[in-house]
This record gives sequence, structure tokens and C-alpha cells, in this order.
Amino acid sequence: MDKQDPRGIQLPRRRFVQGLALGGIAAGLGLWRDGALAQAVAPRSELSGNHFELDIAELPVNFTGQRRLATVVNGQLPAPLLRWRQGEPVTLRVRNRLAVPSSIHWHGIVLPADMDGVPGLSFDGIPPGGEYVYRFTVNQSGTYWYHGHAGFQEQTGLYGPIVIEPREGERHAAQRDYTIVLSDWSDTRPETLYANLRKQSGYYNQGKPTVGDFLQDVGREGVAPALAQRQMWNRMRMDRSDLADVSGATYTYLLNGQTPAGNWTGLFDAGDKVRLRFINGASMTFFDVRIPGLKMTVVAADGQAIEPVSVDEFRIGNGETYDVIVEPTADRAWSIFAQSMDRSGFARATLAPRAGMDAAVPALDPRPLLDMSDMMGAMQHGDMGHGGMSHDMAGMAMEMPGMPGMPAMPMPHDQAAPPLKTGPEVDMRVATPRNNLDDPGVGLRGNGRRVLSYADLRSVNAPISPRVDREITLRLTGNMERYRWSFDGVLASEAGPLRLRHGEHVRIVLVNDTMMSHPIHLHGMWSELESPQGEFLARKHTVVIQPAQRVSYRVSADAPGRWAFHCHLLFHMAGMFREVVVA
Amino acid sequence: MSRLKLLPAALALLTALPVSAWAQSMNMADMPGTSTSAAQEPRADHDDAHADHAVASQPPVQDTRPPNDHVPPPPPSSSMHAMTPAEMTDAMEMNPSPPLGMLLIDRLERGRSTNGDYATRWEAEGWWGNGIDRLWLKTEGERNGAGTQDGRVDVLWSHAWTSFWDWQLGLRQDVGQGPNRQWAAFGVQGLAPYWFETQATFYVGEQGRTAARFEASYDLRFTQRLILAPKLELNFYGKDDPQRGISSGLSDVEAGLRLRYEFSRKFAPYVGINWTRRFGGEDGVMDGTSLHARETTWLAGVRFWF
Repeated sequence: MDKQDPRGIQLPRRRFVQGLALGGIAAGLGLWRDGALAQAVAPRSELSGNHFELDIAELPVNFTGQRRLATVVNGQLPAPLLRWRQGEPVTLRVRNRLAVPSSIHWHGIVLPADMDGVPGLSFDGIPPGGEYVYRFTVNQSGTYWYHGHAGFQEQTGLYGPIVIEPREGERHAAQRDYTIVLSDWSDTRPETLYANLRKQSGYYNQGKPTVGDFLQDVGREGVAPALAQRQMWNRMRMDRSDLADVSGATYTYLLNGQTPAGNWTGLFDAGDKVRLRFINGASMTFFDVRIPGLKMTVVAADGQAIEPVSVDEFRIGNGETYDVIVEPTADRAWSIFAQSMDRSGFARATLAPRAGMDAAVPALDPRPLLDMSDMMGAMQHGDMGHGGMSHDMAGMAMEMPGMPGMPAMPMPHDQAAPPLKTGPEVDMRVATPRNNLDDPGVGLRGNGRRVLSYADLRSVNAPISPRVDREITLRLTGNMERYRWSFDGVLASEAGPLRLRHGEHVRIVLVNDTMMSHPIHLHGMWSELESPQGEFLARKHTVVIQPAQRVSYRVSADAPGRWAFHCHLLFHMAGMFREVVVA
Repeated sequence: MSRLKLLPAALALLTALPVSAWAQSMNMADMPGTSTSAAQEPRADHDDAHADHAVASQPPVQDTRPPNDHVPPPPPSSSMHAMTPAEMTDAMEMNPSPPLGMLLIDRLERGRSTNGDYATRWEAEGWWGNGIDRLWLKTEGERNGAGTQDGRVDVLWSHAWTSFWDWQLGLRQDVGQGPNRQWAAFGVQGLAPYWFETQATFYVGEQGRTAARFEASYDLRFTQRLILAPKLELNFYGKDDPQRGISSGLSDVEAGLRLRYEFSRKFAPYVGINWTRRFGGEDGVMDGTSLHARETTWLAGVRFWF
């Protein structure tokens, strides 16, 4: 871990990115003098049973050498692990000891609408000094999480894991079972992060193309190809390096509330099966996760069991969860390495037979650039020299081969995206979106490792929605330069709710007309991910749509009430948001 | 209202298919008092915005996998009181574009021209607004031994117009040598293809005066912090104004190159060179002013914003 990326990412303060060995809550509580805490297995609070008392409060933390206030639950960051049992009722009394309103949302949990924790939709929020008692029966199992849903409290630490034990016991036996909560911490207030992005959208992008990059390309490919390659991107005013709005320039990436230097450690005995329940609780960061030297068998996605699939690496979007099982056979330590999608930093932990052990931490991968498929979708070849990317593309869309012999396929007309006008809210549109779910995404393509993709997900059980009554297409839109995000180019406040009839089965088709990946989260109801041919793949609560991609899923509108539907990137959420009404 | 046209067709196709869900939703729609039922309400605009298709219902897919254990949730025991979208946004503390302000001191520099003159020059802009509508303040000018020269202040209302362009409407006040003229201003500002920051503003003043100002700049990155910024500014006038050193037609051209180092995004000192050519006068000092017709200036300054 000496040299960072050669392409010019500067990580000026190594300590900042790697954090303190003794950071977080320990320092905040003044326990930092106790050297025994260093490298020790992090103390982790876990609550189980049917009744839970959760107190939201501020607490000083220190991840970087700077003391800051975090938003924590019961003095914990991440918030305590909640262990529930399928089929049992739970009561959660949440007290707000902050000076501002607060709220907790149970991410991925199917529950009555007034228990969902979205102020303005589910309830009025929890006022300062007040409390709210959440009561519902847990009818599902798996790995989920909970987080703040008011203001930017999620960014300052208000997130924690939920594990629900299945009624009939775990499908896959494991001797060890750890939750791994990935997150991003900034010493800068989230309001300031957001303001900086609105003033200068590339504020945290420290991988912008440089003269040196150009000269390198000229040396490798010649002047004309290097120029041609840049011509379209620059004319479109699209930035190929725009992978993450907020980066390691300000973030220290945390794993179970520990900095990379803090090195959270999970213990095992050689030969153990270790179940790792990964949760992306970050506000703005996609992580690419691997354990060099170990195959990971993915057994659940978003809490729902899937047919096991063995991979070297997976990408996890904000709000998603993946359960993997690893079998460290040797008596040695292994690194859990989670690099941010833009390669500006990483979170890291160690699996070890004994506390205090360490394994090599791999170097960050080279910083990737978006490629043509991220901008053009399915139409990624040919000369885009004239007239932008709209009308002449439509013809291509119609010529795209249909999918013969698939009786349950989506209507072909949704291949040609409905018209969308560019404007202040919309800086680009994709005429022929790609639907290649087998694409692991930018930076993971052809990296020599077996990387999980959505095409690998196969639910072990049948879908909730056996059919589709109605199809709703939404475009994910934005204007990076203005830093604005929306559905269909319309803000939630102007759009009004999306109405579903109770009992109907809809297909939601999401087309990403931006150059960023968006994890789209529907509250209250499952998103049953489909293949491009309309076959049910897996049940998810958060679905990542890559740039220029089209993804569809079925929703069974069986949860009456008002629900939130939004991008789970914290600073996209307010714009890329819809209320969904089921009545 | 493509939905309404599609509906009969979809119903016709339904005959051979299970219709329970349809029937259910129809019944709900027919039931009096289900005030929130979608079918009873006038279609909101956005229903059209979504490509919203009734799909010819397909036969249930034969899925051989075991059934899932999903249990639909009970309805909420208390429903939220009605709120306007704005109130909802407030409750969620989720206004995507709350008012925001920025002040950019783009150039605050001291220069020495090849004529041996020293001068301090500034160019600054500030805005306040929500991202679509903004109030702008722009100013630039120069101070030398003879006082303020060639200064202007623009106050503009700006509205986001296309993906990359805003139009702007407002007033300009000239300050410095000669009479301090007032102008009405109209212009566009935005990001031109290939990442050129561009402004073009047209002015109408008293006594039938007209003017146009064009400015473009570019950031060429050597590294993430070391940035060379070429900049071009052109001023056109409809009438001579000798007291301000202005001639009709293309009155002056200014081209600059500034190499800045961003210690942070918000703070960057720079060094640079600036060429100015003022037309209309003879070479040398412009009539009635202390401005030179040709000037090459070496300069050092600082760029910062907050």
C-alpha cells in the first residue's frame, strides 16, 4: 500500500484516508489511551429479542485526528446489530436525543406504512426529545439494515445492521457469522459536502483527465485516436472520470465503524465456514469487495436467498446487502478489501485465527474511466460525429433484434425509450439503453477476476408477482454540471405521487439517462428483478442501474399506504424521489 | 391519455386469462369512498410523463421453484394527514435545491505591465439562489495610480434555460475613468461544448449606446491541482466613448493565461500573463485616459471562493 494510483489520484493525507488506528467511538469516549483496544476485535453491541430501546444521540468521534460529532444509536457507530426472528413481533422504542427531528427507516423490511420511518410519508418524524414506538411483525429473514431518514443524519453515522433468523434455521450452516457494514465518513458536515457539489460538481473528483493522460494516450494510440476518443465526451460535456460525486478526497471509508488503520478483525478457526453479511451503509460510495485468495460464495442478495454463486469480487451499491460464505482453510490472516468504485480509497478488515494478525492489503486498482457503453448504451459503436445522440439512434433501437420465442417477454416497444427532453434537469438521454445485466460495471470489466453481476442472481424460490398487469417506465435523469437529479426530469415536489392499485402487479422499467450508477430503493414492496427477457431473477429492495442501462423489475402492489421510492445516493435522493401510493 | 385507449384492447385480451386482480382493482375503483383510488382521481400530469402501459396480461409464468415466504403487510393503523409536496419536502428535510450562495473571487491580482505600470485588477462574481433562478453580481476592474479604471458591476437575474445554459437579465454600472454609464443587460452564460465556460452579454445604454461583451475560459489540467486557464475577453461598442477609452466596433481584446495551483478547490494562487489591445486610439496612451493601447502584463494573484 505504498503507491496509490499512478494516474494521478492524489491522496495528500495518507493518514486521513487510512484513518487512525484507534479512531471512532473509542477515541470519542476517551478510551483511546487504552492500548489494548488497538487491533482488537471491535466490541460490537448486539441486541436481540422482541423489545428494543434505541436512543439516537450525538457523540464525539475521531476517525482522522479531528474530533467531530457523529449521530449514533445507543452510543454505537454503526448502530447496534438488531437480531430478530422470522415470524415474531418486534417493538422498537426510538428516542430522539438530538436537537433536530430524527427518524429511523428499516431498510428492506416489509411492514405497515406507518412503521416505515419516512417523515412526511409514514409519520411526522421524531421530534427532538420525543420518541416513536415502531411495532410490526417480522415475516421475512436475512440481512437488512436500518438508517436515518431525516436530513443527512445517515452520513454522520446513523446506520446499523439487522439480521433476521429464518424460522427453519439458516439454509447454509456456518460456524462464524459476521455483519460487515461498509460506510463513508467525512469530517466535513454533510450540508457542506452537498453545497460544495452544488457549487462545483467535480469538487471531490480528483481523477479528472489531465494533459499527461492525453499525452500517454497519444504515445500509445497516436494523435488522431486520442483526439477522437476525447472529442465526443468533451463536446457532450460529459466527464469520463465522473465515477463518484464524493470521494476519498474527503471520505475515510469505514468497515464496522473502523478505519482501514483500525482494521476490524473477525476471528475464525481454520476450516470454519464464515458467513459475512455485507451491508453498504455508505451515503455516496459504491464498494468493490474481495478477499484476495478466497472465493466467496454468494448465498443471499438483499436478504433473500439465491442459488449459491462463487465469485472473487462483487460490487455493492448503497443500500444493498450480500451474504457470502468463505472457507479460510489455512491458519493465516486474510484481508477483506473494499475499494471505492472510483478507487480513491478503501475500507479494509481482517479475517484471522487470532486477534492482532494482519494480511497484505492489495493496492487500489487503477482508476477506471467510463466507456462508450456507459454513455451510449446498446449503441456503442460507430461514429457519433454528427448531431449528438438522439434521433438517428431511434432507428437503431427499432432494428434491434427482438427476443423470439419468449412468451413472457416485455413488450418490445419499451426497448425504444419514450421521448425525454433535455433541459436544466436533464443533460443527456440514452436512445438505446443497454440491458446487459451480465455487465459487472465500470472498473470491473475484464479485470481477470470472477465478478458477480445481476445476471448471476437466481432466487431459490418463486416470485411474488406471477404476472404483469401494467408497465411503468421511469427515466433516471440528472444534470451533473448543475448537480441536479430527478426521475423523468421532474422533481418529486412537482410530479405528485406514482399511484398503484392495491393488488395489481406492475413492471417498473428504469432507464438510466445519466453517467452514474444509481441504487434505486422502493420502500414497502419487493423489487423482483427480471432478466432482459422478463424472467424473474431475484427479489431485491435496492436495484442498481448502471449508466445507460435499462433494468426492469416486478412490484406486487400489496402494501397499502404511502411509500418512498428513490435513489439511495444521499445527495441524489431529494431530487430522484417519488412518493408511491398504493390504494 | 394513451392509457384510456389501451384499456379496451387490454380488456379484450383478458378473456382467456385469469382476471382476478383486474376484477379486484376494478371493484375497488367502483367502491364509493375509496377516495385515494387511482381510478377515481383525475389523472395527474405525470401519469403521462411516465410511459405507463397496460400490458396484455401474460399467462402466469410456470415457476417450478418452491413458493416464497412473502407475507403482505397489514394496512397502516394510522394514515398520514394530508400534506402539500412542499410540506412533505420540509418534513423530510429533503429540498433538493435549498437557496445557496457562492462568492468567487476569480482574479485578484497585481501586475506589472511592460510599460512599467503597476496595477491591481479584480474579477469577482457571486450568486444566490436555488439552482434554477439565481441573482448574480459580477464585477471587474482595475486600480492603478490614477484610480479605478475600466470598472463595471453587473447585477443580473439568471434563469436556467437549457442543460448547460442560463439566460440573464439585469443592469450594468460602469465605474472608473470618464462618465459612469448605466446599461440594461441581457445575456447567456454557460458551458459550451468542449468545456468552455462562456458568457455573452448585450447591453443597451443611454443616448442609444450599445455594447456587447464576450468571455470564454478553459481549464487545462496538468495535474489535479496545477491548472492552466486561458481566457479571452472581447468588448464591442456601438459608439465611440473617448473619455472611457472606448471606440466603436471591437473596442478591446484581452487574452490571459493563468497558471494556478489549487491548494484546495477553494484556494488557488496563480501567476500569469495578460495581453490587452485597445483599438481606436493611436499606439500609446488612449486619449483622455491612462489606458494603454497595447499592454502586456505579468501578474500574480489569487483565486478563491466560498
